[in-house]
Amino acid sequence: MKMKTLLQVFKSFFLLEFLKALWLATKYFFRPKHTINYPFEKGPLSPRFRGEHALRRYPNGEERCIACKLCEAICPAQAITIEAEPRDDGSRRTTRYDIDMIKCIYCGYCQEACPVDAIVEGPNFEYAAETREELYYDKTKLLENGDRWEREIAANLAADAPYR
Amino acid sequence: MPTLTIDGKEITVDNGLTVLQACEEAGAEIPRFCYHERLSIAGNCRMCLVEMERAPKPIASCAMPVGDGMVITTNSETVKKAREGVMEFLLINHPLDCPICDQGGECDLQDQAVAFGRGSDRFEEGKRAVAEKNMGPLVKTEMTRCIHCLRCVRFAEEVAGVDELGALWRGENTQITTYLGQILDSEMSGNVIDLCPVGALTSRPYAFTARSWELKKTESIDVMDALGSNIRIDTRGKAVMRILPRLNDDVNEEWISDKTRYACDGLSKARLDQPYVKLDGKLTPANWAEAFNAVADALKGANGSDVAAITGDMADMESMFALKGLLASMSSDRIDCRQDGAALDASCRAGYVMNSGIAGIDEADYILLVGSNPRSEAPVLNSRILAAVKGRGVTVANIGSAEDLTYRTDELGDDASILDKILSGKHATAKALKDAAKPMIIVGQGALARTDGGAILKAARDIADKYCMADGWNGFNVLHTAASRVGGLDLGLTTDGGADGIMDDAAAGKLKAVFLLGADEIDTSALKDTFTVYIGSHGDEGVRHADVILPAAAYSEKSATYVNTEGRVQHSEKAVFAPGEAREDWTILRALSDVMGHRLPYDSLEALREQMAIVAPSSAQLDQKPDEAWGDFGTKGKITSGGIAPAIDNFYATNPIARVSNTMADCIAARETEVEGATGTNG
Repeated sequence: MKMKTLLQVFKSFFLLEFLKALWLATKYFFRPKHTINYPFEKGPLSPRFRGEHALRRYPNGEERCIACKLCEAICPAQAITIEAEPRDDGSRRTTRYDIDMIKCIYCGYCQEACPVDAIVEGPNFEYAAETREELYYDKTKLLENGDRWEREIAANLAADAPYR
Repeated sequence: MPTLTIDGKEITVDNGLTVLQACEEAGAEIPRFCYHERLSIAGNCRMCLVEMERAPKPIASCAMPVGDGMVITTNSETVKKAREGVMEFLLINHPLDCPICDQGGECDLQDQAVAFGRGSDRFEEGKRAVAEKNMGPLVKTEMTRCIHCLRCVRFAEEVAGVDELGALWRGENTQITTYLGQILDSEMSGNVIDLCPVGALTSRPYAFTARSWELKKTESIDVMDALGSNIRIDTRGKAVMRILPRLNDDVNEEWISDKTRYACDGLSKARLDQPYVKLDGKLTPANWAEAFNAVADALKGANGSDVAAITGDMADMESMFALKGLLASMSSDRIDCRQDGAALDASCRAGYVMNSGIAGIDEADYILLVGSNPRSEAPVLNSRILAAVKGRGVTVANIGSAEDLTYRTDELGDDASILDKILSGKHATAKALKDAAKPMIIVGQGALARTDGGAILKAARDIADKYCMADGWNGFNVLHTAASRVGGLDLGLTTDGGADGIMDDAAAGKLKAVFLLGADEIDTSALKDTFTVYIGSHGDEGVRHADVILPAAAYSEKSATYVNTEGRVQHSEKAVFAPGEAREDWTILRALSDVMGHRLPYDSLEALREQMAIVAPSSAQLDQKPDEAWGDFGTKGKITSGGIAPAIDNFYATNPIARVSNTMADCIAARETEVEGATGTNG
């Protein structure tokens, strides 16, 4: 009992625990950092990452979506709304392609269902908005997303292709 | 009655059945593409192969008649392999374009490929591609998808009665095409879309607009003609996307006319979606209270026959009953349901229905048409007559203008006074009627709408009485053109002088007010100076001189009772809500009666129907062909000689819905240009 008290006094008197902590801090100070300087730095993303939706185009600029409505049918949150009619050239196209990004649960089924790789969930996750209205995406917005992210989306699809 | 063994189960079936039908009775499902219950047997898709004992190879069950002692196996390894093989062959040239195909989701080939196919394809060569064919504004073709079952060809020949579809070339190069590339000139052409087991023939107006799985299906009744075809209304949200036939062997089998199928785009056009009141000679939008007050003010002190009403061709029985009640509260019974002035007599029900029944055509052995063109008045009925002519060699005689009815008719001439000769027995037709076991006489509205219509009705009745009666058979038939007509007559909506009398009195200033319940087939210029209330769904002829417009529901927007030309009472179902402020007709009349101070004694559709059943007991007998007691009807008079004008001059524009429909307008335009159009070499 006496010995234990003595040791306690010794530790307190010479600030041993304080020095130990200081040493640890100094050690970590010289190690590489785990945090990143977001938004200037970003962490790695899987090619399968399911972020913001986009509607893709073919390289010649023709939109891929053929209004088959399979994504609308499979969507478990019923977030997708499509209306279609024959375009002037007789091809089947959407006149309306809306995704309610608030309803969406980001399951990726729409991407799985799409027979022409038109609707995809891209790598972008930075689309937080201040109002709900901004998160009701229409066809223009989705096609813009596709144009903006096409390079990344194509790379991701290519990277994931061997496992499909 | 042969007895055969199917999958180890013994079954006795009727003579003359095919093995496929026997298998179905035994509960074994046989896949098929070319076989169809209502068409002749072709046996060219080979999908229905089954194994028969002692046969060296699988047999096509649709083309094999049953025999006593047959042992059939439908679930063996051989059958499975045979089906997989056939399916693989069918899919060789079938494009993989299900995502853009309108048949996707309701496609026989898709379903059967999943159920009976082998799941993968060994074909690596190029697929065949076929150019699209022009089949007019209704049928869209994508002939690359065709699997050559020839259902459409057989339909055109056997049911529609136009030999305009056929197959060119052979084998893989077979192509279905119309005669010289012309449009499919039939009032029944839309049915090939339902028949096509793949997406080769699809609906052009419906193209790409919806998927089968997103549609709400409502079973209802058609009002485009008086046949009361059973239909299914497919809706998405507020829009009616398409109309399909429903099975009813006694009425429309499984066909509907093109007008029934395609006029539905008119349901969203030219709609009256809010009440209007005329202020200073101009119709101005109003709310319901203002509109009701305007009517109540104008009708203040109205009494007896200074108030009249005319009901239209698509009015349902409930609203006619409510309007009758409203007029009765003003002690007026001047309400007429015969816009065209047909001399129909409401006193005897046998005098205005099809007593032999629509299905009676299948038994009849002689048919006499009097002033009726069933091809334009009731195309589905016409195809039944065609089947009787083709299948049993029934003779059809026609009094009236000679038209192409798709089958051969004995043209007796365009002179109504022939009826007198037939009645007196001097005409050869009298003998033919007498010799026939079950003769039918079909009187059309064209004959009855003449000034001597009453005399024609009487003459037709007497001819029927003399020649067309047999045990359990009444050969007197009236073919109506209006879906509301029999219902209206059941409610006794006839007046002396008819609709013309009302219009004449209105023009002479004798009437205080006229109600039009969807009446658009009349010339309303006589109503210019009379207070006119129009209750209806579309802005057509009826609103031209209306002082108050009360917007009502179209046939897809209300649960209602319709009585077809054979007296069969059927209930339609509400598929969508009426647009804007529009309400169901009977509720409008009920609310109006409240404002006017004599409330009609019902608050619900059920209560209304109960009351209606007291006035018209037949309205409570749902979906059965009534057997009416024979009686005396028509008026004695002299039949003037002279031609019978057709009741319908343009099949595609007979009612306000069809008149605003773009598809119907396309049909009319296609037929007008066709005359000088394609020669067959221009592409």
